[in-house]
Amino acid sequence: MSLSKIKFDKKIVLSFWIILIALIIAAPTLLPVFRLNLLGRYLSLSIVALGVDLIWGYTGLLSLGQGIFFALGGYCAAMYLQITSSSEFPNNIPEFFALYGVEKLPFFWEPFRSPVFTFLAIWIIPALVAGLIGFLVFRNRIKGVYFSILTQASLLVFFNFFNGQQKLINGTNGLKTDVTQLFGQMVGSESMQRIFFWITAILVIAAWFFAKWVVKGRFGNILIGIRDDEPRVRFTGYNPVIFKTIIFSIAGGLAGISGALYTVQSGIVSPQFMTVPFSIEMVIWVAVGGRGTLLGAILGAVFINYAKSLVSEALPASWMFIQGGLFILVVTALPEGVLGWIQGDGPRNLLQRFGLKRKIETYPSLEVNNKEGNNE
Amino acid sequence: MELLLDSLFNGVAIGSVLLVAALGLAIVFGLMGVINLAHGELMMLGAYTTYVTQLIFKLPILKPFYNSYIIVSIFLAFIVSGVVGILLEKTIIRKLYGSPLETLLATWGVSLILQQFVRSVPLAYGTGLVISLLIGLFLPTTFPSKIKESINFKYFKFSSWIFAALTGVLTGSLISSSVSKLSRASARNVDVTAPSWMRGQVEIIGTAFPKTRLMIIVITLISVIAITLFLNQSAWGMRIRAVTQNRQMSDCLGISTEKVDIITFGIGSGLAGVAGVAVSLLGSVGPNVGGNYIVGCFMVVVLGGVGNLLGTVLASFGIGIMTDLIGAGRLLSIWPDMPLPLSNTINFFATTSMARVMIFALIVIFLQFKPTGLFPQKGRMVEN
Repeated sequence: MSLSKIKFDKKIVLSFWIILIALIIAAPTLLPVFRLNLLGRYLSLSIVALGVDLIWGYTGLLSLGQGIFFALGGYCAAMYLQITSSSEFPNNIPEFFALYGVEKLPFFWEPFRSPVFTFLAIWIIPALVAGLIGFLVFRNRIKGVYFSILTQASLLVFFNFFNGQQKLINGTNGLKTDVTQLFGQMVGSESMQRIFFWITAILVIAAWFFAKWVVKGRFGNILIGIRDDEPRVRFTGYNPVIFKTIIFSIAGGLAGISGALYTVQSGIVSPQFMTVPFSIEMVIWVAVGGRGTLLGAILGAVFINYAKSLVSEALPASWMFIQGGLFILVVTALPEGVLGWIQGDGPRNLLQRFGLKRKIETYPSLEVNNKEGNNE
Repeated sequence: MELLLDSLFNGVAIGSVLLVAALGLAIVFGLMGVINLAHGELMMLGAYTTYVTQLIFKLPILKPFYNSYIIVSIFLAFIVSGVVGILLEKTIIRKLYGSPLETLLATWGVSLILQQFVRSVPLAYGTGLVISLLIGLFLPTTFPSKIKESINFKYFKFSSWIFAALTGVLTGSLISSSVSKLSRASARNVDVTAPSWMRGQVEIIGTAFPKTRLMIIVITLISVIAITLFLNQSAWGMRIRAVTQNRQMSDCLGISTEKVDIITFGIGSGLAGVAGVAVSLLGSVGPNVGGNYIVGCFMVVVLGGVGNLLGTVLASFGIGIMTDLIGAGRLLSIWPDMPLPLSNTINFFATTSMARVMIFALIVIFLQFKPTGLFPQKGRMVEN
């Protein structure tokens, strides 16, 4: 993968940020509520995409189970909202418990009465679960496709578990957050949704800077080293297990935050967040945007989801074809993704092909070596 | 005793579905290292083939042979899925050898397209398309070698594709005009009804077994035996094993690895079609039917160890029997007066979905001790 990046002038960067912030502030007035809500949701999805980019784009671990951590974060947020606004229901517990004859809040939900605990739990619990799963898998040097299959299997484990447990988490029906109260306001109301949009936008930027900080410096170098040649990293004295576990749990934490934000904006969390297709979709956002380019993950998540909703509104049947085609196209024709293609030699090669730009002379051996450098 | 037999039979029945579904995957993944997430959709194609065959056999000409349609559909399903698999290999997978993660994503894309395809294309024309693919891919290979080596071979190839397309359109419209059920696209699930000789139950040692289950076991048995014989006795089987063990060396010794890849992938996909026939006997057939099996299949392959059919067989029967033991809470009836916390735990897991949770958890724990499955490959090549 080419490391050459376009360097921007400081003034351009500054004005870019000013425009971006202005757009974020103005978005609620510019967009209709429905579209704003969609944009907010897709922005929150871009946080989980950042996590996928960290583990897949930088570390080479293709996880097909990010839905677990996404849904865990969502459940934490939803349960807190349900508990705080359950004062008028019998036994002071959320309404659905009464349907299954549960009279006391299950013990593990007890701490979720506290807002501080919930805000911590939203990212710490998914991160811990991810760390545990990751450690168990990485410890055995299970890697590559085996890792992918195992994460997918764990996804199914969680899906079946959450689907089957009515008494603890309302099973298939999931937890609704639409009609719950937060700070005396309805979560589904327009003003609350606007605030959630701003929070999401700020958190996306924060997550982006955080991810940039993670991949900077020696830690990031080791991650890339693990991606490109793990045995060599091990032989130079580093223990890849620790680094992989850390980055996997960071991605899990990001997924949790993303899930919580998505839940409050879509109004419900259900085991549907843990279905197999959804977790694979997360990968394609990153793949299209450009893996190993953090910005690509954000843009990919937002644009593909927006395209999805636009296409599904116009031609409901064709989205599956388009999505399937995207998977194939990105893998075979555009392995670096759109942003990776732009940052790399893509545009120059295209111009060269049409004879609009002069070909740069290189040693033939350089190109041959580059081709062989791909890890076969 | 009867209880044990019952449990064993149920387990074997579940396991044999898993086995026939995982067999093709074990070959493709185990021998070629290709992760084919479209495997479930190839099964779905097999199941739909059964449905189409059934309807065609209801036509007046074929009515007298209606009872044998299930046998015919096994072969047809093998061919249909095999052809689609070969096309997949020729167009996409070939470009991605050596990068399994990319293959995984691309085949997922293929599976989405196939799912939507059966939803939005009438089955009659789908059949026509498969027929034209079949002719287009195989007609050129039957030409005499004189034509094959001539410079104008590409024109012959091209004209055979045109012929194939025409035949496909013709059969498609023929089917669509004679069987009205196949002429419209529908996303609804369809049902395959077993012929009369397969309905009902058989009594073996005092227990009643449904005949369809027995049929599935027979299909599985035949597939396993056939594939074992093919791999171990035939010349192409030997070539496949050689390429599996050392691709570069086989290439040097004059084995056409390209052909081996096509054949292996075609057979693996064809077996998925056979599995589809078995699955269609169990319940209704829909675009999502394959998705229910794919993860289970991968677990079988991972548990059994790569590149080893015996491991696949043992793993699928093991998983089948465990599913029945846990899912039906059988331990409780074998040992009724066990301590309360234990029996509570068993009851907690005694549903189909919770049994799955338990099985997957057990597999993950098992892999902690044997990360490469029951029968790991040995040797220096293993690391890659």
